[in-house]
Amino acid sequence: MRLPLLALLARGPAHGYELKQDLEQLLGSAYPQPNVGQIYVTLGRLEKSGLIEGEDVTQSSRPNKKVYHLTEAGREALRVWFEDPEDEPRVRDEFFMKLALAPQTGLADQISLINRQRRQYLNTMRQLSRLAAAEDRDNRIAHLLIEGAMLHLQADLDWLERCQEELEELE
Amino acid sequence: MSDERPTPVLRAEGLVKTHHGEGAPAHAVRGVDLCVRPGEFVAITGPSGAGKSTLLHLLGGLQRPDAGSIWLDGECTDRYSEARWAVERRKRIGIVFQFFNLVSNLSVADNVELPALLAGAAPKQARAEREQLLAELGLTGKERSMPGELSGGEQQRVALARALVNHPPLLLADEPAGSLDSKGTREVMRLLSRFHQRGQTILLVTHDARLASAADRVISFFDGRIADDAALDGGTPPRRPGISGVLELKD
Repeated sequence: MRLPLLALLARGPAHGYELKQDLEQLLGSAYPQPNVGQIYVTLGRLEKSGLIEGEDVTQSSRPNKKVYHLTEAGREALRVWFEDPEDEPRVRDEFFMKLALAPQTGLADQISLINRQRRQYLNTMRQLSRLAAAEDRDNRIAHLLIEGAMLHLQADLDWLERCQEELEELE
Repeated sequence: MSDERPTPVLRAEGLVKTHHGEGAPAHAVRGVDLCVRPGEFVAITGPSGAGKSTLLHLLGGLQRPDAGSIWLDGECTDRYSEARWAVERRKRIGIVFQFFNLVSNLSVADNVELPALLAGAAPKQARAEREQLLAELGLTGKERSMPGELSGGEQQRVALARALVNHPPLLLADEPAGSLDSKGTREVMRLLSRFHQRGQTILLVTHDARLASAADRVISFFDGRIADDAALDGGTPPRRPGISGVLELKD
Protein backbone atom coordinates (compact mmCIF):
# COMPACT_ATOMS: atom_id res chain seq x y z
CA MET A 1 0.00 0.00 0.00
CA ARG A 2 2.93 2.38 0.64
CA LEU A 3 3.94 3.07 -2.92
CA PRO A 4 0.45 3.29 -4.40
CA LEU A 5 -0.30 5.97 -1.82
CA LEU A 6 2.89 7.81 -2.67
CA ALA A 7 1.97 7.58 -6.34
CA LEU A 8 -1.45 9.11 -5.69
CA LEU A 9 0.22 11.95 -3.79
CA ALA A 10 2.51 12.69 -6.74
CA ARG A 11 -0.43 14.53 -8.34
CA GLY A 12 -0.82 16.87 -5.41
CA PRO A 13 -1.73 17.02 -1.72
CA ALA A 14 -4.64 14.94 -0.42
CA HIS A 15 -6.07 13.62 2.84
CA GLY A 16 -6.48 9.98 3.81
CA TYR A 17 -10.10 9.53 2.88
CA GLU A 18 -9.60 11.10 -0.53
CA LEU A 19 -6.79 8.64 -1.20
CA LYS A 20 -9.02 5.73 -0.30
CA GLN A 21 -11.69 6.93 -2.71
CA ASP A 22 -9.19 7.54 -5.49
CA LEU A 23 -7.81 4.05 -5.13
CA GLU A 24 -11.26 2.50 -5.21
CA GLN A 25 -12.27 4.44 -8.26
CA LEU A 26 -9.11 3.60 -10.13
CA LEU A 27 -8.98 -0.11 -9.40
CA GLY A 28 -12.69 -0.89 -9.42
CA SER A 29 -14.73 -3.39 -7.47
CA ALA A 30 -12.42 -6.35 -8.07
CA TYR A 31 -9.73 -4.95 -5.86
CA PRO A 32 -10.47 -5.55 -2.17
CA GLN A 33 -11.70 -2.27 -0.70
CA PRO A 34 -8.80 -0.63 1.10
CA ASN A 35 -9.41 -0.28 4.80
CA VAL A 36 -9.35 3.38 5.76
CA GLY A 37 -7.63 2.57 9.06
CA GLN A 38 -4.86 0.82 7.18
CA ILE A 39 -4.46 3.86 4.97
CA TYR A 40 -4.06 6.19 7.97
CA VAL A 41 -1.53 3.84 9.56
CA THR A 42 0.46 3.66 6.33
CA LEU A 43 0.38 7.45 5.93
CA GLY A 44 1.72 7.76 9.48
CA ARG A 45 4.61 5.46 8.65
CA LEU A 46 5.37 7.26 5.40
CA GLU A 47 5.47 10.52 7.29
CA LYS A 48 7.79 9.07 9.93
CA SER A 49 10.21 7.92 7.24
CA GLY A 50 10.18 11.36 5.64
CA LEU A 51 8.58 10.38 2.35
CA ILE A 52 5.52 12.57 2.92
CA GLU A 53 4.64 15.49 5.17
CA GLY A 54 1.28 16.15 6.78
CA GLU A 55 -0.30 19.47 7.58
CA ASP A 56 -3.27 19.94 9.88
CA VAL A 57 -6.11 21.81 8.27
CA THR A 58 -8.70 23.23 10.61
CA GLN A 59 -12.32 22.73 9.68
CA SER A 60 -15.05 24.76 11.32
CA SER A 61 -17.74 22.11 11.68
CA ARG A 62 -15.61 18.97 11.78
CA PRO A 63 -12.43 17.70 13.43
CA ASN A 64 -9.20 18.78 11.80
CA LYS A 65 -7.99 16.78 8.85
CA LYS A 66 -4.46 16.11 7.82
CA VAL A 67 -3.46 16.90 4.26
CA TYR A 68 -0.35 15.13 3.03
CA HIS A 69 2.10 16.05 0.34
CA LEU A 70 5.03 14.21 -1.21
CA THR A 71 8.58 15.17 -0.15
CA GLU A 72 11.58 15.05 -2.48
CA ALA A 73 12.63 11.79 -0.78
CA GLY A 74 9.15 10.45 -1.52
CA ARG A 75 9.44 11.42 -5.15
CA GLU A 76 12.79 9.63 -5.33
CA ALA A 77 11.32 6.48 -3.73
CA LEU A 78 8.67 6.51 -6.46
CA ARG A 79 11.27 6.85 -9.19
CA VAL A 80 13.09 3.81 -7.81
CA TRP A 81 9.77 1.93 -7.65
CA PHE A 82 9.03 2.58 -11.30
CA GLU A 83 12.61 1.80 -12.26
CA ASP A 84 12.70 -1.74 -10.84
CA PRO A 85 10.94 -4.65 -12.54
CA GLU A 86 8.94 -6.85 -10.18
CA ASP A 87 9.61 -10.48 -9.33
CA GLU A 88 7.68 -12.94 -11.45
CA PRO A 89 4.64 -14.52 -9.78
CA ARG A 90 5.41 -17.77 -8.05
CA VAL A 91 3.89 -21.16 -8.73
CA ARG A 92 1.32 -22.17 -6.11
CA ASP A 93 3.97 -23.86 -4.05
CA GLU A 94 1.78 -25.09 -1.20
CA PHE A 95 -0.38 -27.08 -3.60
CA PHE A 96 2.74 -28.40 -5.29
CA MET A 97 4.03 -29.66 -1.94
CA LYS A 98 0.74 -31.48 -1.35
CA LEU A 99 0.94 -33.04 -4.78
CA ALA A 100 4.55 -34.09 -4.39
CA LEU A 101 4.17 -35.54 -0.92
CA ALA A 102 0.70 -37.11 -1.08
CA PRO A 103 1.77 -40.58 -2.33
CA GLN A 104 4.19 -41.09 0.54
CA THR A 105 1.62 -40.35 3.18
CA GLY A 106 -1.11 -42.67 1.98
CA LEU A 107 -3.52 -39.97 3.16
CA ALA A 108 -4.44 -38.30 -0.13
CA ASP A 109 -4.75 -39.24 -3.76
CA GLN A 110 -2.99 -37.03 -6.30
CA ILE A 111 -5.82 -37.01 -8.81
CA SER A 112 -8.32 -36.08 -6.11
CA LEU A 113 -6.03 -33.27 -5.04
CA ILE A 114 -5.90 -31.99 -8.61
CA ASN A 115 -9.66 -32.22 -9.01
CA ARG A 116 -10.27 -30.36 -5.78
CA GLN A 117 -7.80 -27.66 -6.71
CA ARG A 118 -9.38 -27.32 -10.16
CA ARG A 119 -12.82 -26.80 -8.63
CA GLN A 120 -11.38 -24.06 -6.47
CA TYR A 121 -9.82 -22.30 -9.48
CA LEU A 122 -12.93 -22.69 -11.61
CA ASN A 123 -15.08 -21.17 -8.91
CA THR A 124 -12.67 -18.27 -8.59
CA MET A 125 -12.69 -17.90 -12.36
CA ARG A 126 -16.46 -17.72 -12.29
CA GLN A 127 -16.37 -15.04 -9.65
CA LEU A 128 -13.88 -13.07 -11.69
CA SER A 129 -16.15 -13.36 -14.74
CA ARG A 130 -18.98 -11.96 -12.69
CA LEU A 131 -16.85 -9.13 -11.39
CA ALA A 132 -15.85 -8.32 -14.96
CA ALA A 133 -19.49 -8.31 -16.05
CA ALA A 134 -20.46 -6.02 -13.17
CA GLU A 135 -17.56 -3.62 -13.57
CA ASP A 136 -18.00 -0.32 -15.35
CA ARG A 137 -17.14 -1.00 -18.99
CA ASP A 138 -15.13 2.18 -19.31
CA ASN A 139 -12.82 1.46 -16.40
CA ARG A 140 -9.98 -0.05 -18.40
CA ILE A 141 -7.60 -0.34 -15.49
CA ALA A 142 -10.13 -2.33 -13.45
CA HIS A 143 -10.81 -4.63 -16.41
CA LEU A 144 -7.12 -5.20 -17.00
CA LEU A 145 -6.68 -6.15 -13.36
CA ILE A 146 -9.45 -8.75 -13.61
CA GLU A 147 -8.19 -10.03 -16.94
CA GLY A 148 -4.70 -10.42 -15.50
CA ALA A 149 -6.09 -12.47 -12.63
CA MET A 150 -8.05 -14.62 -15.09
CA LEU A 151 -5.02 -15.28 -17.25
CA HIS A 152 -2.99 -16.32 -14.21
CA LEU A 153 -5.74 -18.71 -13.24
CA GLN A 154 -5.92 -20.02 -16.77
CA ALA A 155 -2.21 -20.81 -16.58
CA ASP A 156 -2.69 -22.54 -13.23
CA LEU A 157 -5.53 -24.59 -14.73
CA ASP A 158 -3.39 -25.53 -17.73
CA TRP A 159 -0.68 -26.63 -15.38
CA LEU A 160 -3.13 -28.77 -13.38
CA GLU A 161 -4.09 -30.38 -16.67
CA ARG A 162 -0.44 -31.21 -17.32
CA CYS A 163 -0.10 -32.69 -13.84
CA GLN A 164 -3.15 -34.81 -14.43
CA GLU A 165 -1.94 -36.05 -17.81
CA GLU A 166 1.44 -37.03 -16.40
CA LEU A 167 0.24 -38.59 -13.18
CA GLU A 168 -2.65 -40.52 -14.68
CA GLU A 169 -0.24 -42.34 -16.96
CA LEU A 170 1.56 -43.67 -13.90
CA GLU A 171 -1.59 -45.15 -12.40
CA MET B 1 -38.99 -44.63 -5.78
CA SER B 2 -39.77 -41.75 -8.06
CA ASP B 3 -37.51 -39.16 -9.60
CA GLU B 4 -39.30 -35.83 -9.35
CA ARG B 5 -36.80 -34.04 -11.52
CA PRO B 6 -37.78 -33.25 -15.10
CA THR B 7 -36.74 -35.56 -17.92
CA PRO B 8 -33.17 -34.85 -18.96
CA VAL B 9 -32.83 -32.99 -22.23
CA LEU B 10 -29.94 -35.29 -22.96
CA ARG B 11 -28.78 -38.53 -21.42
CA ALA B 12 -25.96 -40.82 -22.43
CA GLU B 13 -24.89 -44.16 -21.05
CA GLY B 14 -21.76 -46.17 -21.70
CA LEU B 15 -20.69 -44.20 -24.76
CA VAL B 16 -17.60 -45.59 -26.48
CA LYS B 17 -15.94 -44.39 -29.66
CA THR B 18 -12.65 -45.55 -31.11
CA HIS B 19 -11.13 -43.96 -34.19
CA HIS B 20 -9.42 -46.38 -36.55
CA GLY B 21 -7.00 -44.47 -38.70
CA GLU B 22 -3.42 -45.05 -39.55
CA GLY B 23 -1.41 -46.41 -36.66
CA ALA B 24 -2.83 -47.54 -33.36
CA PRO B 25 -6.58 -47.15 -32.75
CA ALA B 26 -7.40 -43.95 -30.82
CA HIS B 27 -9.77 -44.49 -27.92
CA ALA B 28 -11.46 -41.09 -28.04
CA VAL B 29 -14.40 -41.84 -25.76
CA ARG B 30 -14.09 -44.67 -23.27
CA GLY B 31 -17.30 -45.22 -21.40
CA VAL B 32 -19.13 -41.97 -20.72
CA ASP B 33 -22.34 -41.52 -18.74
CA LEU B 34 -23.83 -38.07 -18.82
CA CYS B 35 -27.09 -36.36 -17.99
CA VAL B 36 -28.05 -32.79 -18.87
CA ARG B 37 -31.22 -31.40 -17.34
CA PRO B 38 -33.42 -28.62 -18.70
CA GLY B 39 -31.92 -25.18 -18.12
CA GLU B 40 -28.44 -26.46 -17.29
CA PHE B 41 -25.33 -24.87 -18.73
CA VAL B 42 -22.64 -27.55 -18.76
CA ALA B 43 -19.06 -27.10 -19.95
CA ILE B 44 -16.76 -29.97 -20.86
CA THR B 45 -13.09 -29.03 -20.59
CA GLY B 46 -9.88 -30.91 -21.07
CA PRO B 47 -6.66 -30.92 -23.06
CA SER B 48 -6.77 -31.16 -26.83
CA GLY B 49 -6.92 -34.76 -27.89
CA ALA B 50 -8.85 -35.80 -24.78
CA GLY B 51 -11.84 -36.73 -26.92
CA LYS B 52 -14.20 -33.96 -25.92
CA SER B 53 -15.08 -32.94 -29.47
CA THR B 54 -15.73 -36.56 -30.38
CA LEU B 55 -18.05 -36.78 -27.40
CA LEU B 56 -19.96 -33.72 -28.58
CA HIS B 57 -20.20 -35.15 -32.08
CA LEU B 58 -21.68 -38.36 -30.65
CA LEU B 59 -24.20 -36.36 -28.64
CA GLY B 60 -25.27 -34.42 -31.72
CA GLY B 61 -25.50 -37.53 -33.90
CA LEU B 62 -22.68 -36.33 -36.16
CA GLN B 63 -20.85 -39.57 -35.38
CA ARG B 64 -22.27 -42.84 -34.12
CA PRO B 65 -20.94 -44.53 -30.98
CA ASP B 66 -19.38 -48.00 -31.07
CA ALA B 67 -21.28 -48.77 -27.89
CA GLY B 68 -23.70 -47.06 -25.56
CA SER B 69 -26.92 -45.13 -25.99
CA ILE B 70 -28.20 -41.57 -26.14
CA TRP B 71 -31.62 -40.31 -25.14
CA LEU B 72 -33.08 -36.99 -26.26
CA ASP B 73 -35.88 -35.82 -23.99
CA GLY B 74 -36.21 -39.37 -22.72
CA GLU B 75 -36.40 -40.86 -26.19
CA CYS B 76 -33.79 -43.48 -27.12
CA THR B 77 -31.93 -42.63 -30.32
CA ASP B 78 -30.41 -46.09 -30.91
CA ARG B 79 -32.51 -46.71 -33.99
CA TYR B 80 -32.26 -43.22 -35.45
CA SER B 81 -31.18 -43.10 -39.09
CA GLU B 82 -28.84 -40.41 -40.44
CA ALA B 83 -31.88 -38.64 -41.84
CA ARG B 84 -33.62 -38.71 -38.49
CA TRP B 85 -30.56 -37.22 -36.78
CA ALA B 86 -30.49 -34.48 -39.40
CA VAL B 87 -34.09 -33.63 -38.51
CA GLU B 88 -33.23 -33.59 -34.79
CA ARG B 89 -30.35 -31.24 -35.49
CA ARG B 90 -32.84 -28.83 -36.97
CA LYS B 91 -35.50 -29.12 -34.32
CA ARG B 92 -34.16 -30.34 -31.03
CA ILE B 93 -30.42 -29.64 -31.18
CA GLY B 94 -28.67 -26.49 -32.34
CA ILE B 95 -24.93 -26.72 -32.92
CA VAL B 96 -22.19 -24.11 -33.23
CA PHE B 97 -18.69 -25.06 -34.32
CA GLN B 98 -15.22 -23.58 -33.95
CA PHE B 99 -15.02 -22.62 -37.62
CA PHE B 100 -18.63 -21.40 -37.87
CA ASN B 101 -19.48 -23.68 -40.84
CA LEU B 102 -21.71 -21.10 -42.49
CA VAL B 103 -22.77 -21.64 -46.09
CA SER B 104 -20.29 -19.35 -47.82
CA ASN B 105 -22.40 -18.53 -50.89
CA LEU B 106 -25.53 -17.64 -48.95
CA SER B 107 -26.13 -14.27 -47.35
CA VAL B 108 -26.27 -13.87 -43.57
CA ALA B 109 -30.07 -13.68 -43.73
CA ASP B 110 -30.33 -16.85 -45.81
CA ASN B 111 -27.92 -18.74 -43.58
CA VAL B 112 -30.17 -18.05 -40.61
CA GLU B 113 -33.51 -18.56 -42.37
CA LEU B 114 -32.59 -21.76 -44.17
CA PRO B 115 -32.88 -24.12 -41.17
CA ALA B 116 -36.21 -22.52 -40.24
CA LEU B 117 -37.57 -23.09 -43.76
CA LEU B 118 -36.22 -26.65 -43.80
CA ALA B 119 -37.99 -27.27 -40.50
CA GLY B 120 -41.27 -26.22 -42.11
CA ALA B 121 -41.62 -22.61 -40.96
CA ALA B 122 -43.56 -20.24 -43.24
CA PRO B 123 -41.21 -17.79 -45.03
CA LYS B 124 -42.76 -14.88 -43.17
CA GLN B 125 -42.18 -16.53 -39.82
CA ALA B 126 -38.61 -17.52 -40.72
CA ARG B 127 -37.93 -13.95 -41.65
CA ALA B 128 -39.38 -12.60 -38.42
CA GLU B 129 -37.30 -15.03 -36.36
CA ARG B 130 -34.19 -14.10 -38.29
CA GLU B 131 -34.77 -10.38 -37.83
CA GLN B 132 -35.27 -10.77 -34.12
CA LEU B 133 -32.19 -12.93 -33.59
CA LEU B 134 -29.89 -10.79 -35.71
CA ALA B 135 -31.04 -7.68 -33.86
CA GLU B 136 -30.42 -9.37 -30.58
CA LEU B 137 -26.95 -10.45 -31.64
CA GLY B 138 -26.05 -6.97 -32.82
CA LEU B 139 -26.02 -7.90 -36.51
CA THR B 140 -28.76 -5.65 -37.85
CA GLY B 141 -27.56 -4.21 -41.15
CA LYS B 142 -25.47 -7.28 -41.98
CA GLU B 143 -28.37 -9.28 -43.47
CA ARG B 144 -27.13 -8.97 -47.04
CA SER B 145 -23.46 -9.53 -46.23
CA MET B 146 -21.78 -12.75 -47.24
CA PRO B 147 -20.06 -14.73 -44.45
CA GLY B 148 -16.62 -14.03 -45.93
CA GLU B 149 -17.15 -10.29 -45.48
CA LEU B 150 -17.63 -10.62 -41.71
CA SER B 151 -15.11 -10.84 -38.87
CA GLY B 152 -14.73 -14.13 -37.03
CA GLY B 153 -16.75 -12.85 -34.10
CA GLU B 154 -19.56 -11.75 -36.38
CA GLN B 155 -19.57 -15.07 -38.23
CA GLN B 156 -19.86 -16.90 -34.93
CA ARG B 157 -22.82 -14.72 -33.98
CA VAL B 158 -24.50 -15.61 -37.29
CA ALA B 159 -23.80 -19.28 -36.53
CA LEU B 160 -25.39 -18.81 -33.11
CA ALA B 161 -28.48 -17.24 -34.72
CA ARG B 162 -28.68 -20.14 -37.16
CA ALA B 163 -28.38 -22.67 -34.33
CA LEU B 164 -31.14 -21.01 -32.30
CA VAL B 165 -33.61 -20.06 -35.03
CA ASN B 166 -35.80 -23.13 -34.43
CA HIS B 167 -35.70 -22.73 -30.63
CA PRO B 168 -34.00 -26.08 -30.01
CA PRO B 169 -34.23 -27.35 -26.42
CA LEU B 170 -30.49 -28.09 -26.52
CA LEU B 171 -27.58 -26.01 -27.81
CA LEU B 172 -24.27 -27.80 -28.41
CA ALA B 173 -21.20 -25.59 -28.81
CA ASP B 174 -17.87 -27.06 -29.93
CA GLU B 175 -15.00 -24.66 -29.10
CA PRO B 176 -17.17 -21.71 -30.17
CA ALA B 177 -14.40 -19.24 -29.32
CA GLY B 178 -11.56 -21.46 -30.53
CA SER B 179 -10.76 -19.28 -33.51
CA LEU B 180 -11.64 -15.91 -32.00
CA ASP B 181 -9.49 -13.28 -30.29
CA SER B 182 -10.03 -12.40 -26.66
CA LYS B 183 -12.65 -9.77 -27.47
CA GLY B 184 -14.58 -12.28 -29.58
CA THR B 185 -14.26 -14.82 -26.77
CA ARG B 186 -15.79 -12.42 -24.26
CA GLU B 187 -18.59 -11.69 -26.71
CA VAL B 188 -19.42 -15.38 -27.16
CA MET B 189 -19.27 -15.84 -23.41
CA ARG B 190 -21.65 -12.97 -22.81
CA LEU B 191 -24.13 -14.25 -25.40
CA LEU B 192 -24.11 -17.83 -24.15
CA SER B 193 -24.70 -16.54 -20.62
CA ARG B 194 -27.55 -14.38 -21.79
CA PHE B 195 -29.33 -17.21 -23.62
CA HIS B 196 -28.75 -19.47 -20.66
CA GLN B 197 -30.33 -16.94 -18.31
CA ARG B 198 -33.43 -17.12 -20.45
CA GLY B 199 -33.60 -20.86 -19.98
CA GLN B 200 -31.57 -22.21 -22.91
CA THR B 201 -29.94 -25.55 -22.09
CA ILE B 202 -26.33 -25.49 -23.26
CA LEU B 203 -23.56 -28.07 -23.53
CA LEU B 204 -20.26 -26.42 -24.31
CA VAL B 205 -16.94 -28.04 -25.19
CA THR B 206 -13.93 -25.80 -24.63
CA HIS B 207 -10.32 -25.83 -23.55
CA ASP B 208 -10.70 -22.22 -22.36
CA ALA B 209 -11.33 -22.08 -18.63
CA ARG B 210 -12.60 -18.52 -18.87
CA LEU B 211 -15.33 -19.64 -21.23
CA ALA B 212 -16.03 -22.76 -19.13
CA SER B 213 -16.50 -20.61 -16.04
CA ALA B 214 -19.63 -19.12 -17.60
CA ALA B 215 -21.26 -22.55 -17.14
CA ASP B 216 -22.78 -23.65 -13.87
CA ARG B 217 -21.37 -27.15 -14.13
CA VAL B 218 -17.94 -28.10 -15.42
CA ILE B 219 -16.96 -31.61 -16.49
CA SER B 220 -13.24 -32.32 -16.76
CA PHE B 221 -12.54 -34.72 -19.54
CA PHE B 222 -9.28 -36.66 -19.71
CA ASP B 223 -8.26 -39.43 -22.00
CA GLY B 224 -11.78 -40.28 -23.09
CA ARG B 225 -13.23 -40.33 -19.59
CA ILE B 226 -14.94 -37.95 -17.18
CA ALA B 227 -12.36 -37.16 -14.50
CA ASP B 228 -14.49 -34.74 -12.51
CA ASP B 229 -17.98 -33.27 -12.62
CA ALA B 230 -18.33 -30.13 -10.51
CA ALA B 231 -21.14 -27.67 -9.91
CA LEU B 232 -19.75 -24.15 -9.68
CA ASP B 233 -20.93 -21.91 -6.87
CA GLY B 234 -23.85 -19.72 -7.75
CA GLY B 235 -23.40 -17.29 -4.90
CA THR B 236 -21.85 -13.85 -4.74
CA PRO B 237 -18.09 -13.73 -4.45
CA PRO B 238 -17.04 -14.38 -0.88
CA ARG B 239 -14.21 -12.22 0.38
CA ARG B 240 -11.91 -15.15 0.93
CA PRO B 241 -8.31 -15.67 -0.11
CA GLY B 242 -9.42 -17.36 -3.34
CA ILE B 243 -10.40 -14.17 -5.03
CA SER B 244 -8.68 -11.42 -3.12
CA GLY B 245 -5.49 -13.47 -3.12
CA VAL B 246 -5.45 -13.38 -6.90
CA LEU B 247 -6.03 -9.66 -7.01
CA GLU B 248 -4.44 -8.31 -3.90
CA LEU B 249 -1.56 -5.91 -4.12
CA LYS B 250 1.21 -6.39 -1.65
CA ASP B 251 1.38 -4.00 1.27
